[in-house]
Amino acid sequence: MIASASPPLVELNQVSLAYGEGRERTLALADATMTIAKGEFVAVVGPSGCGKSTLMKLVTGLIPPSSGEVRVRGERVTRPIKGVGMAFQNATLLPWRTTRDNVMLPLEVVEPHKRRLRAERAAYFDKAERLLASVGLGEFGDKYPWQLSGGMQQRSNVCRALIHEPEILMLDEPFGALDAFTREELWGIMQALWLERRFTTVLVTHDLREAVYLADTVYVMSRRPGRMVKIRKVELPRPRTLETTFQAEFVDIVHELRERIQMEHG
Amino acid sequence: MTARQERLARLAMPWLTLAVLLAAWELACVLLEVPEIVAPRPSRVFEVIVQRWDLLLRFCLETLWTTMIGFVLAIGFGLLLGLAIGASPFVYSGLYPLLIAFNAIPKVAIVPILMIWLGIGALPAIITAFVISFFPIVVNVATGLATIEPEMRDLMRSLGASNYEILTKVGIPRAMPYLFASLKVAATLAFVGSVLSETVGGNRGIGFLMLSASARNDSATTFAGLFAIAIMGVAVYAACALMERRMTRWAFRGELVR
Repeated sequence: MIASASPPLVELNQVSLAYGEGRERTLALADATMTIAKGEFVAVVGPSGCGKSTLMKLVTGLIPPSSGEVRVRGERVTRPIKGVGMAFQNATLLPWRTTRDNVMLPLEVVEPHKRRLRAERAAYFDKAERLLASVGLGEFGDKYPWQLSGGMQQRSNVCRALIHEPEILMLDEPFGALDAFTREELWGIMQALWLERRFTTVLVTHDLREAVYLADTVYVMSRRPGRMVKIRKVELPRPRTLETTFQAEFVDIVHELRERIQMEHG
Repeated sequence: MTARQERLARLAMPWLTLAVLLAAWELACVLLEVPEIVAPRPSRVFEVIVQRWDLLLRFCLETLWTTMIGFVLAIGFGLLLGLAIGASPFVYSGLYPLLIAFNAIPKVAIVPILMIWLGIGALPAIITAFVISFFPIVVNVATGLATIEPEMRDLMRSLGASNYEILTKVGIPRAMPYLFASLKVAATLAFVGSVLSETVGGNRGIGFLMLSASARNDSATTFAGLFAIAIMGVAVYAACALMERRMTRWAFRGELVR
């Protein structure tokens, strides 16, 4: 594995997070420890409400941990870190912007693009068009989000998360609201983008097949308060295809993960 | 019915309803022999409108411009205050209860106070129109801002956006449909405010005209004034609705976009 040879990009050491104060204090995440190498694709699975989304906010520095520490590129995270792209289950595209303008939103905020955007508008425009084309939305740049199907909205959402070429991509159940066929189609698109660009990815999901299809490493979390109860490397060759998902090796891994999660429910 | 006929029928509906109501009124007055001083027949009111249109127009315009100044002030002030309240929890908790208390005061009660401070004339009417119409604008704009999806906020913050950028790129465009929805309410309220002030004590505007006409038992002219206010109200409402459709086309999601 090349990934494990390089130094870790993201480290979580005994990270806990509690919401609220006093008697209303609830522990969402307990003693989470994980290391993510540069360019690694990590999936986090677990029962609902186990603090998976909390984990994402901690890694990106949107919320500070109650105890423990989060390090990115060796530095302790105390505020939102730079070089992050995010996509959520809810596409949250802005309805007053066309799909292309939605995708270009990060360019208006993130340096150095923000500074250059005005002068190099045409180049950035092409860049957005190319990215949209790579997910099969080449002709939809001028459409408004509400004119797109759910799957198309999610593809635009992923484009928006990637346009500023972030080092770390955070995906919070991005395909959760889609039908099974569209979801499997998007796995392929996601994998192709990742194979091409090799951004470090953290995917939060409760779809085990999705996790095994996409990830290098799958972390299983316990019930709330969430802690890491299992780490499973997935060493299936890439690119993985839908055919892969029917192979014994793939199915075995999914079973193994399923059993571990079943224990949490028991 | 074809689609075209249906559209025409829908356009004709408000006029038909109006015609039926006026006819019923006319008929009731004739059959029940209602004296004109109690309720003039609509035909009599229109007669007065035609006969005295120059007078009505002059008083109407006075009311219209005081109302519009008050309304425009309310938009500006309401927008700023709404943005402040929607953007900051501190401003919200500090000002919101006071605003509600203030809004609960019957505006008719403040007109005499305004008269003491400012005398009679256009100023009390402008201020009353402003005071009565800014509240819905504030509430709506604040609601539009406060209901930004938390995911969107997280996304912007993770990109390193400042609060100002979140406000201008997400908050304000998002609050626009809320603003325009409130303008339709506020526009008609502004007329209530200015006419109220003119009627309580003034020397100008359609409210004053109605008050002096009723003092002379000239109920036809009083009703003509009422009709004039209603027409102005509908016109300003329509202007707001048109602007809304132009500015926030996206909020109507296709089916209403023309």
